[in-house]
Amino acid sequence: MTDVVLASGDKFVAPGVADFFLPPIFGSVTKPMVLLVLSILIIGAFFIAATRNLKLVPGKFQFAAESLYDFSRNGIAREQIGAKDFKPFIPLVLTIFTFILVNNLFGLIPIVQFPTMSHIGFPLAVSLLVVYPVYHFVGFKRHGFVGYLKHQTIPPGAPWFVLPLLIPIEFFQKFILNPLTLAIRVFAAMFAGHLLLLVFTLAGEFLLLNGGLTVIVAPVSFAFAIALTFLEALIMCLQAYIFALLSASYIGMALAEEH
Amino acid sequence: MNRTLILAAEGGHNPVVPQLAEVILGLVAFLLLFFVIKKFVSPRFEALYAERTAKIEGGIEKAEQAQAEAQRTLEQYKEQLAEARAEAARIRDDARAEGLQIIEELREQAQAESARIVAQGQHQLDAQRAQIVAELRADLGRTAVELASKVVGESLEDEARRRGTVDRFLNELDAVAAPASK
Repeated sequence: MTDVVLASGDKFVAPGVADFFLPPIFGSVTKPMVLLVLSILIIGAFFIAATRNLKLVPGKFQFAAESLYDFSRNGIAREQIGAKDFKPFIPLVLTIFTFILVNNLFGLIPIVQFPTMSHIGFPLAVSLLVVYPVYHFVGFKRHGFVGYLKHQTIPPGAPWFVLPLLIPIEFFQKFILNPLTLAIRVFAAMFAGHLLLLVFTLAGEFLLLNGGLTVIVAPVSFAFAIALTFLEALIMCLQAYIFALLSASYIGMALAEEH
Repeated sequence: MNRTLILAAEGGHNPVVPQLAEVILGLVAFLLLFFVIKKFVSPRFEALYAERTAKIEGGIEKAEQAQAEAQRTLEQYKEQLAEARAEAARIRDDARAEGLQIIEELREQAQAESARIVAQGQHQLDAQRAQIVAELRADLGRTAVELASKVVGESLEDEARRRGTVDRFLNELDAVAAPASK
């Protein structure tokens, strides 16, 4: 994939946006699409296999699945939504977390090496078409139409004279910005991270193959690429966590009795 | 595809503009995964959690029950022990009292016996004495009559003979009295 970009020649061509839009594998099916489908197969199979025969005292495999579930359930959902309401949202939070996580991690897996979430369409689908409707729906259901609008746009304790300023800001944030930032956050992190890895890897390769004396610097470039890989691993997990955490947080805020 | 904005990027793709196909695929894939997790994964885990909670709570309850049972048994044993002690003390007291009573009874019996024996001896002695007195009285009368007849029969004999008679009488009396005193 990367070889395609590295045009043989003396001139180093920096990786760019084009590296994220590779030609389709067949028809109009592109690599991220295949990866996306692969991800849900992996996650689904993993959890179904892990929960097929649950034991009170978990084995290693069950323990791994249980840790993921427990993290989403108690670490994210219960923390953000509250012990009273969090139960129905556990599957959603778990799905978001694992879905984003696996698709991010594709960026590190050899051969695959492409974070699906660096295509904004995928995170946007989750944030704009799943999280956004869900939290507003439960909010309207809990507080009523006007009640929910008030609940979301008027922070309690705000003095009356700032309200004309505050209400539009809050509205803009809650109803327009939140789902966008949610998607853009993970998209940008994955896009930038992948681009960084590309730059250092391709630069190392270029220095190694095309330079005269520059060969000496090539290992430095590769070392950076490896170091960045570890950083990326951290960021990938972190972004998945943040996405799930914020989704749960929006739901929690929509459901909260008072701020 | 939804590409309304085309920048100068290579390949004509703008990374910030979502592709409709990807959005749809992303949504469908996500919903599929969500369905699987909601339908199969979450309920199983929740059931496991519930079972685990029940097990732990059941274990605690069981332990509490066992402890209460042990406490009850201990109390019972203590009670029984106290009862047994009281019983033993009572039996000991009874025995002591009984012993005293027996001793008292035996003493009384012995006293009665000794009194009886003494009384019997006394009685025997009295009877013997009475018998002797009666015998003596009969003998004395008879000998007195004998003596008197002898005195009358030999009244005129001499003094020496009189003396002889008296001596004889006295001898006879001695001879009679001797076996009687035995």
